[in-house]
Amino acid sequence: MLVFILRRLVQAVIVMLTVAFIAFMLFQYVGDPVTSLLGQDATQQQREELRRDLGLDQPFPVQFARFVGNAVRGEFGLSLRQGRKVSTLIAERFPATLELALGAAVIALLAGIPLGVYSALRRGSFGSQLVMTLSLLGVSLPTFLIGILLILVFSVTLGWLPSFGRGDTVALGRWSTGLLTVDGWAHLVLPAITLSVFQLALILRLVRAEMLEVLRTDYVKFARARGLSNRAVYFGHALKNTLVPVITITGLQLGSLIAFAIITETVFQWPGMGFLFINAVQFADIPVMAAYLCLIALIFVIVNLVVDLLYFAVDPRLRIEKSTAGH
Amino acid sequence: MNTPLLEVKHLRVEFPLRRGTLLALDDISFDIAPGEILGVVGESGAGKSLTGAAIIGLLEPPGRIAGGEILLAGRRIDNLPYEEMRKIRGRQIGAIFQDPLTSLNPLYTIGRQLTETIQTHLPVGAEEAHQRAIRLLQETGIPAAEQRFDQYPHQFSGGMRQRVVIALALAAEPKLIVADEPTTALDVSIQAQIISLLKRLCKDHGAAVMLVTHDMGVIAETCDRVAVLYAGRVAEIGPVGEVIHRPSHPYTSGLMGSIPAMDEDRERLLQIDGAMPRLNAIPRGCAFNPRCPQVMARCREERPELRDAGATRAACWLVEDKAQQP
Amino acid sequence: MSTPAAAPGRLARWLDSDVWHSFRQSPMAMLAAVIAALCVFCSVFAPWVSPHNPFDLATLNLSDARLPPAWMEGGSRTFLLGTDDQGRDILSALFYGARLSLAVGLASVLLSLVVGVSLGLLSGFAGGAVDAFIMRVCDVMLSFPSILVALLINGVARAMFPQAPESLALGVLILAIALTGWVQYARTVRGSTLVERHKEYVQAARVIGVAPLRIMLRHVLPNVLGPVLVLATIQVAAAIITEATLSFLGVGVPPTSPSLGTLIRVGNDFLFSGEWWITIFPGAMLVLIALSVNLLGDWLRDALNPRLR
Repeated sequence: MLVFILRRLVQAVIVMLTVAFIAFMLFQYVGDPVTSLLGQDATQQQREELRRDLGLDQPFPVQFARFVGNAVRGEFGLSLRQGRKVSTLIAERFPATLELALGAAVIALLAGIPLGVYSALRRGSFGSQLVMTLSLLGVSLPTFLIGILLILVFSVTLGWLPSFGRGDTVALGRWSTGLLTVDGWAHLVLPAITLSVFQLALILRLVRAEMLEVLRTDYVKFARARGLSNRAVYFGHALKNTLVPVITITGLQLGSLIAFAIITETVFQWPGMGFLFINAVQFADIPVMAAYLCLIALIFVIVNLVVDLLYFAVDPRLRIEKSTAGH
Repeated sequence: MNTPLLEVKHLRVEFPLRRGTLLALDDISFDIAPGEILGVVGESGAGKSLTGAAIIGLLEPPGRIAGGEILLAGRRIDNLPYEEMRKIRGRQIGAIFQDPLTSLNPLYTIGRQLTETIQTHLPVGAEEAHQRAIRLLQETGIPAAEQRFDQYPHQFSGGMRQRVVIALALAAEPKLIVADEPTTALDVSIQAQIISLLKRLCKDHGAAVMLVTHDMGVIAETCDRVAVLYAGRVAEIGPVGEVIHRPSHPYTSGLMGSIPAMDEDRERLLQIDGAMPRLNAIPRGCAFNPRCPQVMARCREERPELRDAGATRAACWLVEDKAQQP
Repeated sequence: MSTPAAAPGRLARWLDSDVWHSFRQSPMAMLAAVIAALCVFCSVFAPWVSPHNPFDLATLNLSDARLPPAWMEGGSRTFLLGTDDQGRDILSALFYGARLSLAVGLASVLLSLVVGVSLGLLSGFAGGAVDAFIMRVCDVMLSFPSILVALLINGVARAMFPQAPESLALGVLILAIALTGWVQYARTVRGSTLVERHKEYVQAARVIGVAPLRIMLRHVLPNVLGPVLVLATIQVAAAIITEATLSFLGVGVPPTSPSLGTLIRVGNDFLFSGEWWITIFPGAMLVLIALSVNLLGDWLRDALNPRLR
């Protein structure tokens, strides 16, 4: 098992280096690194100095190493658009995005898994078909449209819930959270639901498909042949086997959520990293884009690692490396 | 005369499909006495597994029982609601399937799967169930049963897994075991062990066995009686020695004749020309008539019923003719 | 072994088979097909079907701006579904916008299909280092959400060519969306290629000296068409939604030729003042197209799955 972890760590480092390389290329050749670091208003002399300091006359590998060194410390220079340090900008926005993503993930899981199980067990019933149709709708509706519709219904027409911003937040050290105020929660509801819809539909369909597969296996047939109760067959045997592959996919979805948050944050003017990123794209603000890219890659890599470890914990076939089989 | 443990009377199983309804089992009848081992033999597609599935009430939809009756110890079980049937499964009728690897849930220890089965049917506590499970494992010849209890299926070899499956089938002490090709997926060297184990255990526990297989060797070694199925119908049924050495139905003769004998020196293998008809193309009259070397005009028109042919019963017009001879 | 005569025979049998039967039996699939066909028709023939041309700046009149739909107070028969802030007729904009959305969607799917299938075939057939490399790339790409990749490419293109002409912007958009989709095809095709490759007839063909390319095209390709078709259908819907999202975010199609996403974005600003039609109608059209295509894809997947029959 140690070997496995080591191997995954090595892979993770390779992925990060690749991403860092892409970010570096962006920095060097797409944007102007000097401008990125000094901002637009630097004088010619300052530029020359910086060029020497940065070692832009140095060979390529040295520059890359420097970039990686800086990146690891979170140093990405200044935002071209706002003139502030990229790392500060991102650190400010990160809590907002994380809370949003987690809220959406919780909704998607809590609703998606039971609904998926239900539509597999009651296959062909009206309820199941309704659920499947709604899930298809969920996949066909673009996230931004869902947000707009929710705003239209709940903010404009009914006036129940707010439609932009985070509301009142509380600062816990460097982390600002909206979860400690009622207003904060009220502001979280619509964006979290919007973000969760796509994932919910996906999880629902996945759980259903997996469960239907599992219900056709020999061991479920054998369990039934042994006269085990429906509860034991469905929730003891079938469900456990269904959830194992669902774990991986769901874990990967978490990273996807953070990226999809870009859209939701735009619709609801949610002050998170996604909103920042969109502005960066519109403005061709390379440092911010590069930093966001690296951060997302890091999150993905960490999530993947955690999911792999979880897999180990859940599936006994992976745990024991040497088989102790006999005759 | 004892009541038979299992009576299958004129069982019909059909599959309503989009293109029309397929009749997979057409008027199957046989009995199994308590403690007896009945072999059910035939080619792939003859309906052997379906018969077993129908008996334990696990026909895969859209398959369904279209006629006939199945009685267990005199009580009808083919028309029971699901919950009633569930109580019978495992407790009165146990089942063993072909592939031991896929029959066991990979995520649970075999001990857990055993105690779960025991406690579902028998009113015993966890400790007692544990003891029983260990005893079952020991009976099926698994060494170091105490340690093995907490292991997972993938840690066992194929033969060992099938022993676990047998233990699971016997866990709730059923009176009848339906074994569907229990050795087909195993190495030849292991097959003999498993078959003799099955035979011995069932004798010890007083359970009857319906042994479904296409392997005549297994039938010869193990069974008391044997039923030969062809195209969803019973061709011949009788004591195993009689069916093998003095078959009355031309299909059975052909089947026995095609098995090469160790002590014979043969140039070519005997075979029955043609192939078993598909379910949607069963010939009129006797299903075997296109391939039968002794076919008569009558065979093509009327379907023969099972009738006495001396020591066995066979569904063949030849038999009736023989009976009419002085 | 398939001979040239078998190929058309197979097609005829296919149509005559369970797939077609399943289609005729499924009202949902038929409805979806009809709707999708209608949308495609209106989009392709937009210039003839629309009452106005919303892209022609000369015909726009600001005094017509923000009119409600014809059945509401203040609406007019000339603009059945109302107008937007520039005086564009919403109904016409729907057709022209759908046309653009569909064009971008189909083009990107086609591109990703060609790239993905080719790479999949190559990967499965060549094996070894080539296969490993391509699969690693797939893994990395899969772990990035499509929207991010599309946004990145867009942003980079923007930075590199700040004064790009419209056609280039469109091309970049198509490329961006295509690059997010090819991985699925590659993996599926590679899987099937690996299966076929180990079959005896392929090995026999190689021994005889038949060129690998021929083997790939003649034998492997027909076997993968089923899943690829299903994938493509679903990807079209996804591509259309991605394009709409990008346009909504302001980084999609150029603003002078609005797609459905652009229209929605424009309308978003007017939601609070009660002029809902500018957003809702394009939104409804978008959903209609995506939903019908998804339904078709779903049905197709079930119809082609031999185990469910």
